[in-house]
Amino acid sequence: MSIIVDNISYTYEIGTGFEKQALKNVKCVINDGDFIGLIGHTGSGKSTFIQHLNGLVKATSGTIYFNGMDIYDKDFDMKMLRSKVGLVFQYPEHQLFETDIFKDVCFGPKNLGLPKMEVELRAFEALRLVGLDENLYYQSPFDLSGGQKRRVAIAGVLAMRPDVLILDEPTAGLDPKGRDEILDSIKDLKEKTGITVILVSHSMEDVAKYVNRIMVMNDGVLMYDDTPKHIFAGYRELEQIGLAAPQVTYIMNDLKNAGFAVDVNAITVEEARQSILKNLQGIHGKA
Amino acid sequence: MGIVKAKDLTFEYIRRDEEGNVEGITTAVDHVNMDIQPGEFIAILGHNGSGKSTFAKHINALLFPTEGTILVDGLDTSDEDNVMDVRQRAGMVFQNPDNQIICTLVEEEVGFGPENIGVPTEEIWERVAASLKAVGMYQYRKASPNKLSGGQKQRVAIAGIVAMKPKCIILDEPTAMLDPHGRADVMRVLHELNRKEGVTVILITHYMEEVIDADRVFVMDEGKVVMEGTPRQIFSRVEELKQLRLDVPQVTELAYELSRSGVPIRSGILTNQELIDELMKLK
Repeated sequence: MSIIVDNISYTYEIGTGFEKQALKNVKCVINDGDFIGLIGHTGSGKSTFIQHLNGLVKATSGTIYFNGMDIYDKDFDMKMLRSKVGLVFQYPEHQLFETDIFKDVCFGPKNLGLPKMEVELRAFEALRLVGLDENLYYQSPFDLSGGQKRRVAIAGVLAMRPDVLILDEPTAGLDPKGRDEILDSIKDLKEKTGITVILVSHSMEDVAKYVNRIMVMNDGVLMYDDTPKHIFAGYRELEQIGLAAPQVTYIMNDLKNAGFAVDVNAITVEEARQSILKNLQGIHGKA
Repeated sequence: MGIVKAKDLTFEYIRRDEEGNVEGITTAVDHVNMDIQPGEFIAILGHNGSGKSTFAKHINALLFPTEGTILVDGLDTSDEDNVMDVRQRAGMVFQNPDNQIICTLVEEEVGFGPENIGVPTEEIWERVAASLKAVGMYQYRKASPNKLSGGQKQRVAIAGIVAMKPKCIILDEPTAMLDPHGRADVMRVLHELNRKEGVTVILITHYMEEVIDADRVFVMDEGKVVMEGTPRQIFSRVEELKQLRLDVPQVTELAYELSRSGVPIRSGILTNQELIDELMKLK
């Protein structure tokens, strides 16, 4: 199971004065079970790219293979693709509309034409996966906090039982705790179900903490595709394209320049703590 | 005299069910007292639903207190005759730049406010040029706002407020939708406006790193101000902040975790240099 993106390009409004190439020859393979962080400055093509993965936008050239099938083939089942590649948009809580939470989560599977029993089973399963309190299931989604609403919206996509879950800035506007809760439940979900996750984010700290592969987009080009450590080691290149490394990576580099033999590749607070402790013990061991 | 002075400010709203029956009353802002001096850079922290945005909307006379008072540059916002003056003196920038930009050219966008309050044409253009220069967007004056990045749009929105010559700018999570570069640009512009023009800045944010250069920080919870102090005082209280669903900058967190592991480091570390200085003492 995989998605192969084979040299896709996409141009907006061809033939008008507003013509703009949003994606340029993007090539990559998304493997089963990957946890990918997709980063890039605003307007770099991230959102356009992810909309190609479930067929919402059709590439101007190149193609995409989903489990070996060309998604632009005229016999390809687009509806199946959209249920298998779930896309959670920015501010997904704006799309909640039902009178209660449970009905809202049922909406997707119901539209797949599944029997009522199956629809409800899936809705329960999805709500459990996002860790929403059972007492809330039959309340109006509009009475929830921002973070809770967002979980309901994610559950609505999970109820389709996708193989791939794509989230476009799922933590924008949430407080720090709400941000950690959403990301922790995505991590849990991933461990429990083995689902492939693509996380679009502007927070380098969040990406460093959760994903095992980072794709960097710049001006429609997939510029880097590597492990978080390799990507953030090149923080000077990232700065050139409007991005940065996690704050802790800068701390470690500053410490190194000040004469501490610490690991400059630490990208989380925990890694940094261990490296500094090891260094201090080394110093005192010698003394 | 304070530029923003809230005294026992309380804001309640009535919750109704679908049929319009009263379900209860929510107190969104609960007896808040705040005295902000001209030229201060203030940060307000608090989890989603803590009342910080509701409070901020009072400064700009978008909401009015149920109880208590708020004075903006000495003007009581509850007095209807003051509303236009209050809004001119205290301008507000919101989270999503796309929701607040309406014109087809950057310079028209920035001139929109002054034109509405009847500023003479020649002066409008002077203000537009000066405001765009202040936010570093002058070279884009003939561009369409649609073609700008998120950070650039947000700086245009700030220029639109600056053109009103306000004494105070309130920003409600202005960087929530921006990439790291855009975030840094907006923060630089705010500090410049504060330092060079003496504009009072009131910044609401969920990014803890944006708070370290503020003069004072207020933390809200359940509509009340529960902490107040300098960034160093506030970020020394790591556990309390986490209880309030907040966080600390990564460098503060790292220093705190090291001290919990037995490394003697003082609390409230705010910059990389401070951490290095502390660790140097141990070498």
